[in-house]
Amino acid sequence: MSDGKRCALVTGGSRGIGAAIARQLAADGWAVAVNYRDDEQGAAETVGAILELGARGCAIQGDVAHPPTADNLVAAAEAELGPVLALVNNAGVHSDGLSATMSDDEFSRVLETNLTAAFRLTRRVLRKMLRARFGRIVSIGSIVGLRGNVGQANYAASKAGLIAMTRTVAAEVARRGITANVVAPGLIDTAMTAPLSQELAGMVPARRAGSPEEVAACVGFLVSEAASYVNGATLVVDGALTA
Amino acid sequence: MNSAVSSKDVEARIFEILISFGTEPDSAVREATFDQLDIDSLDLVELAQIVDEEYGVELTIDDAQQLQNVGDAIDLIVSRIA
Repeated sequence: MSDGKRCALVTGGSRGIGAAIARQLAADGWAVAVNYRDDEQGAAETVGAILELGARGCAIQGDVAHPPTADNLVAAAEAELGPVLALVNNAGVHSDGLSATMSDDEFSRVLETNLTAAFRLTRRVLRKMLRARFGRIVSIGSIVGLRGNVGQANYAASKAGLIAMTRTVAAEVARRGITANVVAPGLIDTAMTAPLSQELAGMVPARRAGSPEEVAACVGFLVSEAASYVNGATLVVDGALTA
Repeated sequence: MNSAVSSKDVEARIFEILISFGTEPDSAVREATFDQLDIDSLDLVELAQIVDEEYGVELTIDDAQQLQNVGDAIDLIVSRIA
């Protein structure tokens, strides 16, 4: 992957799982474009880690929920690092509340970032992937998308949508050497889950939260040449929580 | 878009693209239908992308459904370049 002519784009790569994925892909030899929305400092640190690993990298600001961002992000990554032949749809938000009181805006805003933006980016990168007869798309789902979670109708719907979208894309483009898969983490130790981690870890058969690096390792595999026949799959990374 | 592009240039390029998709060179003729050449919907999407990139001509799904054969596609592209 280190031919210097292609790159991986990781959305939401300034911290947590996204940053770990960016580092993993850099370690695997990919040039990595790190997208961030607000956390410029975090993105710079991630890029610093990529450079330390001997890979090329750059940070690109953009809110994926904004429709033109997909085009802008991919164009910027291509200009800086080469064609985007690996896309990791990691950027995600949540806005929790019971369905009985959830507003249209709370519902649609989460869908827009977590699902619609992933679709726009996928559509955009497929152009070059089709021509290259190679591509890797990995979307970061959640076990919530497999079984639901009280207070997260919007988030769960978005993550379930990612799985269905991914299966469909995989079937459409598999004959061009392109794979699309989902990694569905359970309880992972990040800033997003920190307030709940201690309390919830006891419910996980592994008796601990997972680390961002454990999720990133799975993404690294799915992006690798070795995973060329894994397509349309959802890889659950949850310490047996849903087993 | 290049206004100096001739119909023959477009024809040659479209044949070249179809051959890259697996069409036998002898089968790449104006009268052939996409079905006969085993050109599927994904191939057409890719063909449209190449045409857009190289000639600045946008072909839509509706356009593709109207095309009876390769010659129709070439004529449509040439008419939009002009």
